Amino acid sequence: MSTVTMVKALINGIEVKVPAGTTILDAARSVQVNIPTLCKHPDLAASAGCGICIVKAKNNRKMLRACCTPLEEGMDITTHDPEIVQTRRTVLELIMANHPTECLTCGRNRDCELQKIAADFGIREDLYERVLPDLPIDRSTGTIVMEPKKCIKCGRCIDVCQNVQDVWALSFIDRGFKTRISPAGDIKLAESPCVRCGQCSAHCPTGAIFENDETQKVWSLLQDPDKHCVVQIAPAVRVAVGEGFGYPVGTNLTKKLYSLLRRLGFKAVFDTNFGADLTIMEEGTEFVERFVNKNGPLPLITSCCPAWVDYLEKYYGDMISLFSSTKSPHEMVGALTKTYYAQKNNIDPAKIKVVSIMPCTAKKYEILRSEEMASSGYQDVDVSLTTRELIRMIKQAGVDFKQLPDEDADLMLGDYAGAGTIFGATGGVMEAALRTAYFVITGEGLKDVNFTNVRGLQGVKETSVDIKGTEVKIAVAHGLKNVKFVMDKVRDAILNNKPLPYHYIEVMACPGGCVGGGGQPYMVTDDIRKQRAKGLYDEDAGLPHRCAHENPHVQELYRNFLEKPLSHKSHQLLHTKYTARPLYIK
Amino acid sequence: MVIETLSEDVKKCVDRWKDREGNLIMILHDVQDRYGYVPREASLEISRQLDAPLARIYEVLTFYNYFKLQAPGKFNLSVCLGTACYLKGAPTLIDQVRRILHVEEGQTTKDGMFHLQIVRCLGCCGLAPVVTVGEKVYSAVKRSDIVDIIAEHAKIYQKN
Repeated sequence: MSTVTMVKALINGIEVKVPAGTTILDAARSVQVNIPTLCKHPDLAASAGCGICIVKAKNNRKMLRACCTPLEEGMDITTHDPEIVQTRRTVLELIMANHPTECLTCGRNRDCELQKIAADFGIREDLYERVLPDLPIDRSTGTIVMEPKKCIKCGRCIDVCQNVQDVWALSFIDRGFKTRISPAGDIKLAESPCVRCGQCSAHCPTGAIFENDETQKVWSLLQDPDKHCVVQIAPAVRVAVGEGFGYPVGTNLTKKLYSLLRRLGFKAVFDTNFGADLTIMEEGTEFVERFVNKNGPLPLITSCCPAWVDYLEKYYGDMISLFSSTKSPHEMVGALTKTYYAQKNNIDPAKIKVVSIMPCTAKKYEILRSEEMASSGYQDVDVSLTTRELIRMIKQAGVDFKQLPDEDADLMLGDYAGAGTIFGATGGVMEAALRTAYFVITGEGLKDVNFTNVRGLQGVKETSVDIKGTEVKIAVAHGLKNVKFVMDKVRDAILNNKPLPYHYIEVMACPGGCVGGGGQPYMVTDDIRKQRAKGLYDEDAGLPHRCAHENPHVQELYRNFLEKPLSHKSHQLLHTKYTARPLYIK
Repeated sequence: MVIETLSEDVKKCVDRWKDREGNLIMILHDVQDRYGYVPREASLEISRQLDAPLARIYEVLTFYNYFKLQAPGKFNLSVCLGTACYLKGAPTLIDQVRRILHVEEGQTTKDGMFHLQIVRCLGCCGLAPVVTVGEKVYSAVKRSDIVDIIAEHAKIYQKN
């Protein structure tokens, strides 16, 4: 057992004992002292950017930044006295002097960290003349909107873009007062390597990077009597939406969401989990085809994450042939709504509008990514909203969400097995695929469907699975920085004719998978990611069917419409292609 | 602007510093010495050859005042903003250049003739405030001198 060195010190006269290396900020929290901070996100390293968290240490002339200073043995820290509070106020007033006063029309109104801290400090007047940079709004990606003039230069978006996601779309350009967030050389985000994962927007403390809000578009569609609006919700949304209404993190609200969406006016309520089961049928069969029948290159790489698709097209264009051609679950539900559902119910598909509620900003890009996204003859998914947009719609609708009765989805494209629901967490797609691949290869069901070694938040999970004497080597990576390790190993094996390190790889762009998606509620930490994932795994464990191929409505769909996985019709509606793209268009 | 030898030019600069720590800034210096500025194409090429993100290269390029992202003009018009020149009225000289040439710091006039640069101390504080155009040094410059300095060089340009 390793021993942890502990340090003892005083914070506001209270004795604290914490492991060496603990910051003053965290140590203070352990004794119920909240030091205010603006730039420090619990999920990211301290940048010491804002200067709000300053504290005094006895016998030290300088004030220290609590976010990045480790507590040392014998320190005597004061976190609050009139001088400290006044200094913090001044720092805040200076930050506000470069921030617009557009709170009432800002997307972050009532959910902004700067606004909250200004309210806490009771700032009542502008002491300094307001000076705002004249910088244009960037809407080019269609997924996130960047308004650099609202930026307080905390650097969170850059940290997450460069060091967590390894995308390097954003950086600090220029210096001093002219410092701004921008892609290299003041080009637009859509001309940069940005993969639209939206992690920048989920970490921004203000409205400087915000999801492209399309709620008004959905309200207009719902209002139009000539439109038949249909909705679907992604796995990870059901365990995060409750955070907007005071539920404990990870509460699964699937059935409340169904009844809510009907109240909003949707004519049919489907579930992306159905699409996830179907993705497994197609992709699982694709894997068996490549692995058992040697028909296609290995390793097979999952493709249901649109930010990952974008990343692969830009960073690994030479490895496109390894990518599964299977579309993502919400695209499948969209395509089937405008074909299968429309035909069965005799509805003109031109009048159907499909809205998908996703934990993701990149889905807004995916619905227009390529011509296969209109396989039904119409755009398969018309609007994609994030969880954060849905929370705002619920508030606008005047529904008492907590008191809503439970309802079921429309089962035709809304029934699901446990396999579909765990798609929302890292490792979930792999686990769901293995459950079905085992059945397809051996013709037998698994005794234990739980593949617990692909679950959890470890950045790269490598393991192998024994399918009746055949070893399947797999890797699961989440957070794009972790992908390099896996992909470099594969590239090295291919180039140097070495044995393949893996047969099957799952990638989700966001840390934790979709539960930690860029469109999910703010202030996510690993603890929150775990609790949201637990909400999904608990649901999986309690469902009558655990495997995609056991879903009776998926079986019915194949019987009545698609024939079999990888059939001609499946290829037409449920599969896609990829194109290598340059990192920079300009 | 198309530089046909760009890839080889950049390779020479990269090879010279490749194995040294902190090589990026030295490579950028070499490239600017060669072209007079750092063209975007060169940055993209450095990014490829060094396997360094373009965003990192631009962080460095825009952090240091010294690096130029635009082709310099035929005449580099530098106004010193060192302490002595500043106190002797250099800001009004910059203002006057801006008004006549319609350029901001680091920019080149539309006709490519003048590039406005602001420098910190040319080492001849006794002559403050100092303006240089190319190699030529003007001392104790007054606001009203600027128009003549510019006209003088415009004439040289027309003659050639």
